[in-house]
Amino acid sequence: MATDYATLKKGGWMRQKQKNNFSLRVRVVGGNLTATQLAKIAEVAEKYGEGYAHLTSRQSVEIPFIKLENVEDVKAALAEGGVEPGVCGPRVRTITACQGEAVCPSGCIDTYALAKELDDRYFARELPHKFKFGVTGCQNNCLKAEENDVGIKGAIKVKWLEDKCIGCGLCAKTCRKGAIKVENKKVIFDESQCNFCGRCYKSCPTDAWEDTHGYIVSFGGLFGNNINKGETIIPFIEDKQKLLDICDAAITFFAENAKPGERFKYTIDRIGRDVFAKKITEVYNG
Amino acid sequence: MAEEFKIDDTIDITDVVCPTTFVKAKVALEELEEGQILSIRLNDGEPVQNVPRSIKEEGHEILKLDDNQDGTFTLIVKKVGD
Repeated sequence: MATDYATLKKGGWMRQKQKNNFSLRVRVVGGNLTATQLAKIAEVAEKYGEGYAHLTSRQSVEIPFIKLENVEDVKAALAEGGVEPGVCGPRVRTITACQGEAVCPSGCIDTYALAKELDDRYFARELPHKFKFGVTGCQNNCLKAEENDVGIKGAIKVKWLEDKCIGCGLCAKTCRKGAIKVENKKVIFDESQCNFCGRCYKSCPTDAWEDTHGYIVSFGGLFGNNINKGETIIPFIEDKQKLLDICDAAITFFAENAKPGERFKYTIDRIGRDVFAKKITEVYNG
Repeated sequence: MAEEFKIDDTIDITDVVCPTTFVKAKVALEELEEGQILSIRLNDGEPVQNVPRSIKEEGHEILKLDDNQDGTFTLIVKKVGD
């Protein structure tokens, strides 16, 4: 019987150069695995692989050297530890995320919760080509949002609260964009220079900055054969439902317009950046 | 510089680095009674960007931060709670 490599690849079984050997990619969300899942991966790697696992460049884990005849046994064994196979090929890939505000002092949003939501919504959806989502918690951009087809970056919009301010100047010191000046104990905030990093709010010892947490989204990032930094169309998105609506619009635009094997950036370029921007802006304003 | 506040104790944390900076400040605040005021001399850079916020998160009240124009700052804190 001929081996159906396409179906195997779709289910995360990456064909190796060694005949009848596969590197199995498992499903990971936002870079987190439970101890139980890790133990099961270790067990399967010992029993069916060569006793090691590979950490992929996008936060997944692969177990190399699984033999074709063991595919079903491996699936069953992994399922016992709550580990599912991942995906490869033309579909929505692993949703990546940094640790975000649940753990990181710099985080502006709960990246894991959002990655989980995106995973539930889109993971493995069939598309004309691969489609990557990445979620980073803040402007430090540890997760490198702009290299994804859709990159999401946590952000904080601030407003100065004069009555709580003691004019200490810490916000001006921590601001990396030169958006804040303190003169005679009074803050002068140039909102046009603000990049929504939230450092002023985080450093303030008297809670004199009001914080609204939100998202900055970029589209059309690539970091493979060609490199392109994803582009932002809407500067700051406050509402999570609006963010999800915008993700829906982006993925629908790709599904409806992309040629097979064409990455999102090239679809946007071919159809027209202005056409795409109009669509996203309509959803944002809708 | 801090003439408008009656300073009950003064510490200098310019000779230590994070996280000892915050630990020294915390210990000094523990020695005080509620409502008493501590003056802390701290370095520019990481200490001044982190220590005031950390003290605030412990529940104390930041009253003032002055730039001493010599690479150090003076932070005035009122102890809140026991």
